[in-house]
Amino acid sequence: MKKSSARKRRPAKSSRRAFYRLRLYIAGQTPNSIAAIANLKKICEDKLRGKYNIEVVDLLEKPQLAKGDQIIAIPTLVRRLPPPVKKIIGNLSKTESVIVGLDLQPVR
Amino acid sequence: MPRARPKVVRLSLAKAPTGIQGLDEVTGGGLPKGRVTLVCGSAGCGKSLLAMEFLVHGAVQYGEPGVCMDFEETEEKLRANVASLGFDLRALAKHKKLLVDFVSIERNEIAETGEYNLDGLFIRLAHAVKAIKAKRVVLDSIEALFAGLTDSTMLRAELRRLFHWLEDHKLTAVVTGEAGEHTLTRHGLEEYIADCVIALDHRVTEQISTRRLRVIKYRGTSHGTDEYPFLIDREGISVVPITSLALAHQASTDRVSTGIPALDEMMEGKGFFRGSSVLVSGTSGTGKSSLAANFARAACARGEVCLYFAFEESPSQILRNMRSVGLHLEPSVKKRLLHFHAMRPTSIGLEAHLAAVHKLIEKVRPSVVVIDPITNLVSISGTYDVKSMLMRLVDFLKVEQITSMFTNLTFAGDPQERTAAAVSSLMDTWIVLRDSKPNGRPRRELYVLKSRGMAHSREPRELIVSERGLELGNVLRDHTLATTVAGPGSVAPAE
Repeated sequence: MKKSSARKRRPAKSSRRAFYRLRLYIAGQTPNSIAAIANLKKICEDKLRGKYNIEVVDLLEKPQLAKGDQIIAIPTLVRRLPPPVKKIIGNLSKTESVIVGLDLQPVR
Repeated sequence: MPRARPKVVRLSLAKAPTGIQGLDEVTGGGLPKGRVTLVCGSAGCGKSLLAMEFLVHGAVQYGEPGVCMDFEETEEKLRANVASLGFDLRALAKHKKLLVDFVSIERNEIAETGEYNLDGLFIRLAHAVKAIKAKRVVLDSIEALFAGLTDSTMLRAELRRLFHWLEDHKLTAVVTGEAGEHTLTRHGLEEYIADCVIALDHRVTEQISTRRLRVIKYRGTSHGTDEYPFLIDREGISVVPITSLALAHQASTDRVSTGIPALDEMMEGKGFFRGSSVLVSGTSGTGKSSLAANFARAACARGEVCLYFAFEESPSQILRNMRSVGLHLEPSVKKRLLHFHAMRPTSIGLEAHLAAVHKLIEKVRPSVVVIDPITNLVSISGTYDVKSMLMRLVDFLKVEQITSMFTNLTFAGDPQERTAAAVSSLMDTWIVLRDSKPNGRPRRELYVLKSRGMAHSREPRELIVSERGLELGNVLRDHTLATTVAGPGSVAPAE
């Protein structure tokens, strides 16, 4: 899967809205991975409305990247920004868990 | 025409040597090649060390690079542990002999939001294996996954998949698991690992710690089910492979001098049989240590190597004391013919003693061994344990054709022939020393109570200890052989 980027809006300096940089690790086009990508897009659209960037990393193509973020489960979603780093695993079908796990502040 | 019986072809499993002293003997060559071995035990029993040694020896001695997926320790701790054994992880990694991947799973860091599997782990492992063309893998300790992730059904399925993956890729793997209360491992890994299971045990009884290893399962190999004692020291793990009492050793007809010509005379003019065991017993001050030291001196004078285990006195004490009776042992020490090993028997458990003795003997390769005295070994544990340990030791020494001498203190008041551990049955020759004061003049007496396989003189002689060394005096006509009281642990006098 190629890198996909959502619509980005540069936040104004005075904006209180946080910008989410998310990285999703997958291992090939498995049902779980495809589901995770779809679920993630939906959640981000609903809750973050554009203030996010999703990067999908396929470990089958880049295995050396698994070590850095300590990936053992697939799929794994890593919230890189805003700090602190948070990690959640699974195909993201449990929306509530995703929101809590990523600590998504709803965009007003 | 009689039908020919079909030939049974025994397929022997290929083995991957561990390089751990004693373990390859116990397993008949090492761990099953291309299969998964489970090493289980409680915390601190040595599982991680065994696994690392397997990996490092594999890389350094057997040309098989290895990957370690470490779920437990941090990098610095692992490096330090391994460095303390004389291995340099950094150098090994640089030369692509060893790769360690530290896997951390923090339960509170990870939320589970739906289905997942462990592909990430597989990918990391495959990547590491490919990078150095590894042939060996260690997963230490994979049960940490259960602590971090809650979907145990998925975990079990993934572990099964992982072990199959290892076998498919012909990797020899060691997986460590923590001992469970009712199962071998806490999460029942033994169900998935069919080929080989080794259990390590670390017991502390009466403040003495003993370590034991047991091969619980080894498919395709007949293995002993005994527990083998092992040591962990600066060089890593050493397993003592001796435990069987096969009594299959050869009986030599060579002879070894006792160190006293007149005593050799009493033994068909030739002395002890090579490879035989000699017990020297007597009360305090009767000359046991002198006799033993003299025996050692004579061996070294012949150019033979002697290993002297001192369980009561320090080597320098022994050297000083022997000087006073004309026995100069220092030259032999300097020539590295005489090796002392001193320790207090109470400092470690019997198994550790056995392991230490065994290891030293392997290292020094003596032809003569002195253990002076064995009395204090009884203080460690019950009499039965001592006899059992000595049995194993004597058996080992006989197989190696090492002539051994053991001194034993008997207590004044006890009948002379009662030995503390009733070990005399293990001994081929038994020399008894005692004091007496006939007509008010004190003298030392020596007699050979038994000596298997030879026509020995049973006449008691006077033992003269002076600055000239040890000599035997006249045959004593007024000597009375002590009688024994029949009772547990005593030996009836020979005919």
